[in-house]
Order: sequence, then C-alpha cells, then structure tokens
Amino acid sequence: MVDRRDGARPPAGSLVNDPRARAIAVQLLLIAAVVAVGWSFVQNARVNLEARGIATGFGFFEQTAGFGITQSLIEYSETSSYGRAFLVGLLNTMLVSGIGVVLATVLGFAVGIARLSSNFLLARIAGAYVELVRNLPLLFQIFFWYIAVLGTLPGPRQSLSFFGIAYLNNRGVILPEPNFAEGAGLVGIVLLAGVALSIAVHIWARRRQAATGKLFPRGRLALILILGFPLVAFFATGAPISFGYPELRGFNFVGGFRVIPEFAALLVALVTYTAGFIAEIVRAGILAVARGQTEAAYSLGLRPGPTLRLVVVPQALRVIVPPLTSQYLNLTKNSSLAAGIGYPDFFYVFAGTTLNQTGQAIEIIAITMAVYLVISLVTSGLMNWYNRRKALVER
Amino acid sequence: MKRVLSTLVLVAGVGAFSAAHAAVLDQVKAKGFVQCGVSQGLPGFSSPDDKGAWTGLDVDICRALAAAIFDDPEKVKFTPLSAKDRFTALQSGEIDVLSRNTTWTLDRDTKMGLNFTAVTYYDGQGFMVKKALKVNSALELSGATVCTQTGTTTELNVADFFRANKMKYEVVAFATADETIKAYEAGRCDVFTSDVSQLYAQRLKLAKADDHMILRDVISKEPLGPMVRHGDDQWFDVVKWTVFALVNAEELGVTTKNLAEMMKSTNPEVKRLLGTEGALGQALGLTNDWVARMIKRVGNYGEIYDRNVGPGSRLNIERGLNKLWSKGGIMYAPPIR
Repeated sequence: MVDRRDGARPPAGSLVNDPRARAIAVQLLLIAAVVAVGWSFVQNARVNLEARGIATGFGFFEQTAGFGITQSLIEYSETSSYGRAFLVGLLNTMLVSGIGVVLATVLGFAVGIARLSSNFLLARIAGAYVELVRNLPLLFQIFFWYIAVLGTLPGPRQSLSFFGIAYLNNRGVILPEPNFAEGAGLVGIVLLAGVALSIAVHIWARRRQAATGKLFPRGRLALILILGFPLVAFFATGAPISFGYPELRGFNFVGGFRVIPEFAALLVALVTYTAGFIAEIVRAGILAVARGQTEAAYSLGLRPGPTLRLVVVPQALRVIVPPLTSQYLNLTKNSSLAAGIGYPDFFYVFAGTTLNQTGQAIEIIAITMAVYLVISLVTSGLMNWYNRRKALVER
Repeated sequence: MKRVLSTLVLVAGVGAFSAAHAAVLDQVKAKGFVQCGVSQGLPGFSSPDDKGAWTGLDVDICRALAAAIFDDPEKVKFTPLSAKDRFTALQSGEIDVLSRNTTWTLDRDTKMGLNFTAVTYYDGQGFMVKKALKVNSALELSGATVCTQTGTTTELNVADFFRANKMKYEVVAFATADETIKAYEAGRCDVFTSDVSQLYAQRLKLAKADDHMILRDVISKEPLGPMVRHGDDQWFDVVKWTVFALVNAEELGVTTKNLAEMMKSTNPEVKRLLGTEGALGQALGLTNDWVARMIKRVGNYGEIYDRNVGPGSRLNIERGLNKLWSKGGIMYAPPIR
C-alpha cells in the first residue's frame, strides 16, 4: 500500500482511481474468496458425510471409550469417556516432551561445551556422539532403545533388584512409592517456602552484588532453607512420609511407582537425539562470541569456568535461543513417533485408537492438528519472550 | 501419514464422489481390477508367500470377486492395512472392499458409513500364554499384563472381560500385529489376546511355538467378513453374494475338480448356481457363469477354508462353527434362485 505519512491528500477523483481504495477492495475480495473456499470445503464435507451416513459432530467426546491405556497421569478406566482419553493422551505427550526438553537441554549444553574442550579425548567423544545420533533416523533409535536395550531385560520373576527397594525388568522400572500421611502437607509447604525464599535471596544478592560488589553466602543459606527446615518439619510432624515398597505377587510387582519401558525408551531416544542437535547449536553459539571476549576475561584474571559462565554463555545465548526453539518444537512433534512402540501419547490415543473406534476421521484429525499447533505456538511464544529478554539491549 | 492423507482425500475429494457416486462395479470394470484392503500379514488370512503373491482366506474372497467379474483371480490389487487405518481407507475410496478379518458390530455397521456384507469366518476371542506360567483358565489371569492390537474389538472385549470378572489387568496396545506379537515374545506381556484364529496364526511366528499355549476360553463372538461403503447397493450385493455363492457351492458339492461334470448336471439348484439355467448373474451386473468362474479359479468355501486355515495349511484350525449348517456348524447362505 502507499504510505502517505507526508500528509498529502490524494487528488480528488473517482474511487476507481484512488490507489488506497483499490488496495482495500482487492484485499476484501481476497478475504472473501478465501472464506468462500474454506466454507465450501466445510459444507461439502458435511453434506457428503451425511449422504454416506458417517457420524459427524463432537458428541463422541462424552461417550464411553471402552479401551484401556497403559499410563495415565489422571484417573482413567475403560468406563471413562473419549474426552477423558483425550486428556490422558495430551498429558502423556506433555509429560514426555516436558521432561525431554529439560534433559535434552542439559545434555545438549554439556556435549556442546565438551566438544569445544581443550581435552582431546573429551572433545572427540562429544564429536562422535553428535555425529552418531544426528545421522541415524529417530524411529530407528526409538526401536533400538525399546527392543535392543529394554526388551532384553529379564522378566518380572528374574528382576534385577536394587537392595530390594527398586527393581528393573522388561515391564519397566519399579520404584518405591511415597505414601503421604497427615502432616505431609506441612513439610511440602515448608519445602516450597524454602525454594521461594531461596530464589528471592538469590535475586536480592545479585542486585546487591551488582550495586556494591559485596558477596553473600547464598548457596549455604539455600541449603538450609531447602533441605534443613523441611527435614526439621519432617521429624517434628512425626515422619509423615513413608515409602511403599513393590512386592512380587502373581504375574508382576504390586505396589510401588512404575515407569513403563515405552516411556523410558521414547524419552531416552528423544533426549539423546535432540541433544545432538542442541550440542551443535550451543557450539555454534559459543564460537560466535568473539575470541577477544575470552581473552579480555582471562586478562582480567577470571578463570576458565567463570569466563564461560559469566562472559561467553550469556552472549552466546543470543545466537543459541532462536534455533533452540525449533529443537524444542521438533522434540514435541517427534514424540508422536510413540505410536511405533505403543506409548500412549496424544497422537496414538486420539488420532489412533479414538479415531478408529469412532470412525470420525475429519473431526479428530482437525482437533489433532489444532492441538499440536497450540502446543507449538505456546512453546515458541515462551521462547520468543525469553529471547527478547536475552537480546542485546542497546544503551 | 497415510491416515492424514486419507482424511484429506475425504475432505477435498468429496465433490467428485457426491456428484457422481458412480457405481463401484462400473468403476472396477473400467479400471480393470478390484482394489482390496487386507491385513499386513496374518498367515491363513492374508499374507504374501515367498514369491510375494498374497494368499489366505481373506485374500481368496477378493480373488473370487475378481474371478466373478473378470474371470481372472489375478485382477486384484491388495492394500495392506493396519487395524487402525482400515476404515479410513475404505471411507475415502482408497479401496473397493475391505476383506481384513474385521468383526461385524452394530457400531461399525452404522456410524462409519460402511456396511458389512456377509460372514466369512466365525471367530471368538481367546488368550495365548507361555506354558511356563502354568495358567489353565482365563479367569486365573488377574494382575496380568496383556498385549493387544489397537483399534480392534479385541481391545474393547478384553477390557469388558476383566471388568466383568473383577480382575485387574494392564493393557499394552500396539499399532500392528507384528509389533504386538514381538512385544509378547520379548516378555513385555504375560498374555497375548486376539481372535483365536489369529492366535494360531501368530503362534507360527514365534521362535518356540511349542512353549506357548492357547487357553480354551473364548470370551466373545467375532463374526468376520468383508465390508463395503454405504450407498452402493449393487456393489454391496455383488460382494455379499460372492460369499453366499461360495458357501452354496460347497453345500451342493461343486468343487474345482468336478466343475466340468457339474456344468452338465441336471440338478436345478446346481444349474442355477452355475448359470446353465436362468439369468441370475446378470441381475447382479455380472455374467451368468459368475459362480462357475469363481469355482474354477478359486474353489468353493470349503476348499478355500481347507487350503488356507484348515488341514491343508500349517495352521490346521478345526472347522468348528465354520462347518456348514448341514454338518453341525453355523455357516449358512441364502439360496441362489
């Protein structure tokens, strides 16, 4: 469009010759055309589904699902509704991608920095790792962890035992389950308060250090706040948290908290795979910081550790964050490969089982697309916000 | 990906379908082959042999269909489908007929815009366990982990069975039959559940088949048969009567071997069946010798059964319910007249 910031009025004349009016008219026509095409698709599909007697609408969300799901974070049984199954799948996807993003970031940073290490062996191992995981298909890696690694573990009756507390077998890892008695809530509150206070002290100490240069022993204080006080509270309330240990009964272990092998295999594969890419992004980010920065830090007397942490990484983050967002999105979307090994993620439970049982392909695929879109947009929204905060502020 | 594509076809391609809704039989004749959806590999029902040719009971139904239409059992193309993808493939018109050990249920017959035609195999759901577990009845399975294939009636039945008997269980559902049996073999589950015929078929794939046993309990009715889309009655009739004709042929004793003699038979029922009298085939939109073509190329129902799942096969499943009604089973077809 023509920008008339200079305030000059267009010459008076017919609307047809007015470039502004013409531009608006064209835009309106285009929008109308897009809406009409979209509407005709919807209408067409609706009429024809009806003609073929295929059920339509979203009523199925309230019908009984009737199938079981291996892992659910919320209460779920075969008598729950499809809507409930939808939530179970969504939470399972969020669980594996949430944990995956955190672990992949930690591992990716470690490997990326290791690859730049002056230690020959460390740098080569990190390099070999990156090349290996980046160049093998992800689905293959998922199968590798699921079939070749976890699948070869012994059965429940020959489980590998860790001091009789935790067990490892081909049904997963069975850990002691915490049981909360009365008073456990207080311990939790003390713990949360400790964490909150530590963060507050940390922020305050940093500001003070920036202003006056004085150091504050915030590490020791945090230890007391997060570990010390909750422990005191724990014993003062009469040890309200105990552990239920798993027991072998019948076919499998009863009691205890279990991590299913499908989850473990998917998580390990996603984390190691994505970490390979993140490592390269981190390496690129660090190399993008001028060498002079490091030399300047050294000449000020900073040792390599603080130099990396305080000088190089904060500047590198500006280069790292945008491509990192893509990796987070990839990890989340790749989690739909869960279908290959039967981990009940969103795609598998909803676009797989639910679609098949209800036969309502159009609604379900549309919802599935919308859900992944929302997850991805929220993730990149958060990352963009973080990126703006880290961006170079010109003074 | 495949299902997403199918769905897109379903959304975008509807204009063409609705306007024409062209008769499937005419389309099939025009393109020169039947597009038939089968399972991805279930010995006895549909699996490729060592030369890559599809064999099995479900496959032979499609071959019979091709024989009836084209007098050539090879004029059929097979689309291997997972349990999960099968209905979308049929709804979207990717295949003409779904002959993939699919259980006839009210839900599937009504809500999906699809129709079941006839029953080709009366099955029921059962359980396979390792002999070492020393389990004798399905009622002893409380607490067990069960492997099953997702998107099947099996998945729903097993939930009903355990709930009705107040037993605990844990289900691990996989997308394909192969993944399911592999997971069972690797010990991920104590129990593998499916239709009994499939249990026999899948057991053949295990490294040590003799270490596994199929429990006697049958917990459901699973009538399996081919499906077509709603809205084309002629094609529906063709598929339905293909199955009925195969059963009628067995009842009348018409086999591949004695077909030449039977063509000269004076028995009016045989004459109507083989088209030497009347014009029953034409009413279906086929030729009058349509049944003779099927028998010549594929054989009658009994021959198909024996060759694929019965004594002539490695599966060797008792005919049981699938015997003709006149021989103690429930396999029964309306008369051809």
